[in-house]
Amino acid sequence: MDFDYSDDQKFLKDEARKFLAAHCDVSVVRGVLDKPERAFDEKLWKGVAEQGWLGACIPEEFGGLGLGRVELCAIAEELGRAVAPIPFASTVYVLAEGIMAFGSDAQKASILPRVAAGELIGCLATSEGPGVVGPASLQCRVEGGKLSGTKIPVTDGDVAGVALVLASEGGRPGLFLVDLTGAGVTRETLKSLDPTRSVAKLTFAGAAAERVGDAGAGFEIVQAILDRAAVLLAFEQLGGADRCLEMAREYALGRYAFGRVIAGYQAIKHKLADMYVKNEVARSNAYYGAWALNDDAPELPIAASAARIAASEAFWFASKENIQVHGGMGFTWDVDCHLYYRRSRQLSLVAGAPKVWKERLVSQLEQKNAA
Amino acid sequence: MDFNDSPEEAAYREKARAWLAENAAAHRAKWGEVKPNTPEHMAAAKDWQATKASAGYACITWPAAIGGGGGTPIQSVIFGQEETKAGLGYGYFTIGLGMCVPTVMAFADGETKKRFVGPAVRGEEIWCQLFSEPAGGSDVAALRTRAVKDGDEWVINGQKVWTTGAHYCDYGILLTRTDPDVPKHKGLTMFWIDMRDAAVECRPIHQMSGGREFNEVYFTDLRVKDSQRLGEVGDGWKVALVTLMNERLAVGGSAGPNYREIMKLARELSGVAGPALKDQSFRDKLADWYVQSEGLKFTRFRTMTALSRGQTPGPESSIGKIISANQLQELANTAVEMEDQYGVLVDPDQAPAEAAFQQSLMWAPGLRIAGGTDEILKNIIAERVLGLPGDVRVDKDVAFKDMPTGR
Repeated sequence: MDFDYSDDQKFLKDEARKFLAAHCDVSVVRGVLDKPERAFDEKLWKGVAEQGWLGACIPEEFGGLGLGRVELCAIAEELGRAVAPIPFASTVYVLAEGIMAFGSDAQKASILPRVAAGELIGCLATSEGPGVVGPASLQCRVEGGKLSGTKIPVTDGDVAGVALVLASEGGRPGLFLVDLTGAGVTRETLKSLDPTRSVAKLTFAGAAAERVGDAGAGFEIVQAILDRAAVLLAFEQLGGADRCLEMAREYALGRYAFGRVIAGYQAIKHKLADMYVKNEVARSNAYYGAWALNDDAPELPIAASAARIAASEAFWFASKENIQVHGGMGFTWDVDCHLYYRRSRQLSLVAGAPKVWKERLVSQLEQKNAA
Repeated sequence: MDFNDSPEEAAYREKARAWLAENAAAHRAKWGEVKPNTPEHMAAAKDWQATKASAGYACITWPAAIGGGGGTPIQSVIFGQEETKAGLGYGYFTIGLGMCVPTVMAFADGETKKRFVGPAVRGEEIWCQLFSEPAGGSDVAALRTRAVKDGDEWVINGQKVWTTGAHYCDYGILLTRTDPDVPKHKGLTMFWIDMRDAAVECRPIHQMSGGREFNEVYFTDLRVKDSQRLGEVGDGWKVALVTLMNERLAVGGSAGPNYREIMKLARELSGVAGPALKDQSFRDKLADWYVQSEGLKFTRFRTMTALSRGQTPGPESSIGKIISANQLQELANTAVEMEDQYGVLVDPDQAPAEAAFQQSLMWAPGLRIAGGTDEILKNIIAERVLGLPGDVRVDKDVAFKDMPTGR
């Protein structure tokens, strides 16, 4: 039993933090925030590719570093802390992890080296409108290898080279790989809650679609991909939540009211203690998820659900109460609190809202305890 | 990160399981016949503790030379898990072995240590901790029990309160005021005392839960030898802090029914539409409780990892009781509401499955206070973990005798 990063993993995490401090300070984030036409920071993306992070878990034969998933979790934690404005999750957690788990040999050979080299951005397209995506509601269809329909919103859909698209084929859901630069694809960039992460509407009119995994298994495959992504996203959320607590602490220690620092008032102290408690619960659940992901353990669906629920709650609480601690300043565009508030919402929704994961968790517990 | 046992840990678990398989069943059968809080129950607990001690499964992390198991914190966790699975576990020794005896070991002379540690490990003698007073709840250092030097002895007068198990304990560690002319933290001194002394009077407190686990303890001219002093005169606060640091590790483990038990109940009861387990509001809460419970469990594992790497666990473990006590209260209330009109019943004959939840509902308020209130624990996290300033203390530089007092 060992419940912490190893020394090597800590070293990697420290290096990641240093790299991001040098190449992703808040001006980089704001560069994307203030110019909505920039979907992400290309320079940072290039740098991240050079660090090898995009291919961290991709086997060496496909141009990656062949590291374990815990190493990727360590990187994710730092990316979350830095609110990095790059399509890392869509490309690494979803596309690369999805293809590694469910892709054919040909798909692996075509996709993975390009991801590792930073030449290919990916995205996941499931949503078609407000509300939870369900098998009965799918309007996107594949017939004869051609995809038609609309997906909205698709995170990174405007900058991705390929998409994993959930669509109905012969009345059953399937997952399809679609080249977004090919014929029959139109994209429209949309405004989003977190402008440092871009979203688009994708319209398909007979676009070439290649199935990933078994026919009719689209929902199960997407869920399995999301289980993996949920653990990694939980680390991003944890990194963000930790940074919010730090920001609130630093501010409270420097701000005076009624003759002393506000950090000395119990109302503020207890608020920060509450943040700390939630962050630690999230960290512990995330570690369990990291283990389950790394070992491909049968516990993964439960561990991933718990990690995601705890991390979503922690980041939401930390990001909103960070603003509260900052008072009126926290509500301004110039102070950075809102970057985390936005990102907490983006990360919480991008792979399914907490209520969906709570239901998934309880269903799993029911099955486990019925057996 | 590895959730699995290492080969050494797996071997230890196997050994512990085998030992429990051999010893637990007979004991459990015997234990099953006795009612809690009776002399027979106590005898069964002592018997089990002695059995464990003889096999090196009591105080697993303590050196074998003093009666412990000579093992690691992780081995201690592993045995605890297996012991719980085997359906055994008594609370009588938690405070003594978790807080009092470690304090004795840290501050007593060699002979005293030798006299007390072995019997405590074997469950022959039980210890209590005498800190809280009517005038000082969370403000422990505001205590008024006086110890006055008289030759080679000290004469003690005063009153303690909330002393867990004082009515069955053999010895206790007692924090007293020896100098009222200095600020409150500076005038304290710690002693170990014999709870059977005629000058010690114990009055059980009838709690809102109906139980009587806590006591008021009165001292009337209790005479103790100077050799019973733990630490220097006036250094009692430092000694108490050692006890309190250990307290955080000892309190806050499993406290009552958890998400598994309420899930079982929800499966059996009818809800608003269909089984209660299908009520969406319940499912949301259940998910939150699972996440908190597992989060706490893994937080403890992280502490064990830190210990096994030679680090000292800090006040981080304060989060455990905040979460578990609040969860117990909410979970018990949800269970009671789930029973709808039937929820008012506490009669175990009428409602055996539900009684545990009703019991927890009435016990949880105490758990949120014992061993540090939610508010004090949050202060500890804020001050000791996050490094925020302490609360304003108007009594900081005031001699104890000049401090304002009220209720």
